[in-house]
Amino acid sequence: MDTYYHAHDLAKFGDMGKDAPELWKKFLEWYTAVFQEGALTEREKALIALAVAHAVQCPYCIDAYTTASLEKGSTPEQMTEAVHVAAAIRGGASLVHGVQMRNHVDKLSM
Amino acid sequence: MSLPTLLNTHHALADTSAQRDALGALDLACDFGEALARAGRAPLRAADISVLQINVGKRCNQTCRHCHVDAGPDRTEVMPADVIEACLRFLAASDIPTLDITGGAPELHPSFRAIVRRARAMGRHVMDRCNLTITRLPAYSDLPEFFADHQIEIVASLPSFAARQTDAQRGAGVFDDSIAALRRLNELGYGVDGSGLLLNLVTNPVGAFLPASQASLEADWKRELNRKHGIVFNRLYTITNMPISRFLQYLIDSGNLESYMDKLVASFNPSTVDGLMCRSTLSVGWDGRLYDCDFNQMIDLGTTHSASQTIFDATPAALASRTIAIGRHCFGCTAGAGSSCGGAIA
Repeated sequence: MDTYYHAHDLAKFGDMGKDAPELWKKFLEWYTAVFQEGALTEREKALIALAVAHAVQCPYCIDAYTTASLEKGSTPEQMTEAVHVAAAIRGGASLVHGVQMRNHVDKLSM
Repeated sequence: MSLPTLLNTHHALADTSAQRDALGALDLACDFGEALARAGRAPLRAADISVLQINVGKRCNQTCRHCHVDAGPDRTEVMPADVIEACLRFLAASDIPTLDITGGAPELHPSFRAIVRRARAMGRHVMDRCNLTITRLPAYSDLPEFFADHQIEIVASLPSFAARQTDAQRGAGVFDDSIAALRRLNELGYGVDGSGLLLNLVTNPVGAFLPASQASLEADWKRELNRKHGIVFNRLYTITNMPISRFLQYLIDSGNLESYMDKLVASFNPSTVDGLMCRSTLSVGWDGRLYDCDFNQMIDLGTTHSASQTIFDATPAALASRTIAIGRHCFGCTAGAGSSCGGAIA
């Protein structure tokens, strides 16, 4: 079955450097530095990435950071909780915009 | 409930040549010998033997899904008395400091305790690769006291501090039994600072991925096992699953073989080569044949022809600086931080 996203395309990510090598090099250096151990551990950073991957719904990132989270020692329970955090923020973000709706209702209503 | 072994389900992979063929058929970026050559480390040669590892048989009370031995309750291979005697003679005549006893569940061997007593009487350090649950069987419930009395180092398998992952790999109920076994070992002083009784845990990934950093994982494990179960231990060893035997079966059945091998090859780390266990270990099979490591043993890749072939004709001189037998599975020990019976290498 043909689909828009193909898991094997993740390996082509480096092709993004073909027509903009300097930008790609800068991105890669920054990206690599971001995920190195700092005030947060590599495991914690992978879990954050996993949650964000779900929030932005990037299938490549979901595959990559599922693997990375496992390889950094996270358990499926911890990873599932991280995805719940992403889902809660997405759901909460929709709901909190209800305040905008209510503000506008108040403005338009008697 | 125990699963049947590859051998007793007449699975094609029970034939070790089928395992080598499955790995050989993959279109990998390079072979292990090529990777070593590029790193300037070919051929791989043995250093001094610091560990005599004897595999006393394939019987086990568990049938773990990743087992590289294809061990289980239905296996009958047991090291006979003449092989045991030859191993102990070789040990006595050498200055090898450590005897590492593995299996199967090595404690199921009827001569397990006699082997331990004799090695300890020679003043050698003895390590037992223990699955923990063996100590919960009524006939073996006094093992923890035996371990402590003889100052045996326990290297115990526990893939996860979470029950579901442990049971998924090792069988239903294994986690609870393992925790109970660890509590008993702790009561005897195992894993307690200053006791001199070493309790090291071994974790293999529960699936087709590489292990986490040993140092960071050890800190998490110490915190979680102590917080949830009041358990202490000395070191955590992370071991990469080798693409052989039942883990190979899992990789093939789950469609992960190619990507797993690609990952192992891409993660080849030359700095692991010096610490590879095959360079400092002599592995003896239940039937007395010699191997460079327990993984080579399980795919019938014996010591190279210029070296001793069995423990009966083994001499330190004939094994010194021998060329190590290699195959594609060896990428499992050089990936990332590396992997050995003592955990990460680099």
